Amino acid sequence: MSASPTAALFVTCLVDLMRPEVGFAAARLIERAGFQVVVPRQGCCGQPNYNAGDREGARKLARAAIAALEPFDIIVVPSGSCGGMLAKHYPELFEASDPWAQRAIAVAGRVQELTQFLAAHPLPETGKLPAGRVAYHDSCSSLREMRVHDEPRALLAAHTDAELCKLREAETCCGFGGLFCVKYPDISAHMARDKCDAIVESGAEMVVSGDLGCLLNIEGTLDKRGSAIRVRHIAEVLAGDA
Amino acid sequence: MTALDFKGRAARAMHDPQLSAALLRVKSHFVTGRNMAAARFADFETLRDRAAAIRRRSIARMPDLLERFEASAEAAGAKVHWAADAAEARSIALGILKAAGAKTALKSKSMVTEEIELNAYLEAAGIQPIETDLGEYIVQLRGEKPSHIIAPAIHLSKQDVADTFRSHHTDLDPERDLSQRNTLVREARVKLRAAFLSADAGITGANMLVAETGSIVLVSNEGNIDLTATAPRLHVALVGIEKVVETWDEAGTILRVLARSATGQDMSSYVTCLTGVAGEGETGPKESHIILLDNGRSAVRDTDRREILACIRCGACLNHCPVYASIGGHAYGSIYPGPMGSVLSPAIDGLKAHADLPNASTLCGRCEEVCPVRIPLPKLLRHWREDGFARHLPPRGERVGLGLWSWMAGRPLAYGLSQRLARLGLRTLAWMQGGRVRRLPVVKGFTATRTIAPPKGGSFQARWKGPR
Repeated sequence: MSASPTAALFVTCLVDLMRPEVGFAAARLIERAGFQVVVPRQGCCGQPNYNAGDREGARKLARAAIAALEPFDIIVVPSGSCGGMLAKHYPELFEASDPWAQRAIAVAGRVQELTQFLAAHPLPETGKLPAGRVAYHDSCSSLREMRVHDEPRALLAAHTDAELCKLREAETCCGFGGLFCVKYPDISAHMARDKCDAIVESGAEMVVSGDLGCLLNIEGTLDKRGSAIRVRHIAEVLAGDA
Repeated sequence: MTALDFKGRAARAMHDPQLSAALLRVKSHFVTGRNMAAARFADFETLRDRAAAIRRRSIARMPDLLERFEASAEAAGAKVHWAADAAEARSIALGILKAAGAKTALKSKSMVTEEIELNAYLEAAGIQPIETDLGEYIVQLRGEKPSHIIAPAIHLSKQDVADTFRSHHTDLDPERDLSQRNTLVREARVKLRAAFLSADAGITGANMLVAETGSIVLVSNEGNIDLTATAPRLHVALVGIEKVVETWDEAGTILRVLARSATGQDMSSYVTCLTGVAGEGETGPKESHIILLDNGRSAVRDTDRREILACIRCGACLNHCPVYASIGGHAYGSIYPGPMGSVLSPAIDGLKAHADLPNASTLCGRCEEVCPVRIPLPKLLRHWREDGFARHLPPRGERVGLGLWSWMAGRPLAYGLSQRLARLGLRTLAWMQGGRVRRLPVVKGFTATRTIAPPKGGSFQARWKGPR
């Protein structure tokens, strides 16, 4: 009996709710990379509370997530934003004297954003999937908290025929910002408009990103404009669902 | 006219096409400049590390360094004053100017004098302040406030400046060409030259206080600060207490990151270092006063937001901020806009006065990425949010929602139920609105410029058949 290693998938509440397909695509990719996928019962990582200044509420949710995730050596998250919460902010969430602090640090050290995981655990060759002209949108938390930049691009190059379009101001936020887009909708819309202008100018047929928050923001804005540019999560593209 | 709140000011700013054009110039000019300057330097990241360490050490030892600064400065012949707040700083400054019989005072660009609203106070007391920085001179003529900490008139076009000069310089020949940058500068220079030669006093800020020699350091590009500080007999410097460093070696490191981060220059055109007063036969002020302003700085030093005191006012966080790029400086309603301002302004005026500022950020982290002294601005913004949350400043709906979420989203049954309800709601709305959600209730803002594709089928966890 060959025991394949196990990876926990933290699917994120946004994927769970809005785009379950992204979760299934991520699970298939992790399996194809040679791992057994376990989905521990999970809710939210606590980031909305954390970023709204509700540290106690964030701790509550973090304790539940830590308890669910701590049995696993590898925790894969199809989101730089929730990944960043787990990997970067959990270690700072609890007082040093709180026993949860050590458990948070232990979990944080095992978290990998999906494309980081796939870069470290290569997928078998399967021929090039069709993707066409692609603009890759780096989410701010992928880029700056998880330090992901080359991984998704290398994966697209290895597994698809994607022709990457240069995106003007690629490092500028799309304006989603979690609760920000609800609390400051005008500013958020202005930023989303600038981002979508850059996407349209890039000549891309498809926008790809690793974070569903950005994708919902961009897709919703493009649709309202009547744009035909497709918007997909990197997991869907690599799994051949795009 | 009723005063607009932050959201109102932001909305108005975003509907101003001329401001949007100006903000594009901020991005293209400063962002590119900073990137190129950083790339030209052999190891800019290490330099930033050193600058960050220097500023943190300075803040940690601030009370000692300030006492040492005072002793050195007074030994060199300057007089040091301590001002607990804006009112005290204003009245000390006025007292000095009055005692010297000053009627006019040159001014350099200084954020601290803006912070304490010195100009209006001096004018009311019969002393005419004359801004000598070109940008500040323009906004002073227009009765505006600066919109950027290093580029005060960045919100204006060349045409605006020409119009301003035509309406205020009453002796101006109507035929005079004011269509070019250099002709505008020449026009301002003619006016300012006369003021430089006749003013009774010079008022400046300072970029640094150097404790070991009691010196102040001023950074500029137009040369006006040099003249403001040294041409008149009397010099008054107003400086935030956080600007202190211990040594010239440290000051040198700060200067090396400052201009590169601010304007993309390797070094500013002028660095003016002033110690004490001018002796017989020397040029420079015969009387020098340095007013050290606290105004909330010591208090913030005792909180988890103390790192904002490391700020060297380069403006890089403004230049790289997508929110600043959308709404400009005036919308913030504080003389310190952008990420650094959103952390510092509540420390100066209280959180209630600026409750929106720490929240009006996506925490995208670009500010921290470019900050020359590595201030973790998103983290400090979050600390203000925590402070506000503890004081119940967010709207009740938001607080209740967050409380409900933190109770529910960690409990599988309640969480699963919430997911089902949300999916049902989204699907119903989409069915009613032609396939996609086009109008959300409650959070209407999101769907003002977006639609939402409703989720298909059950949630991921409801459908997952693999191991749990």
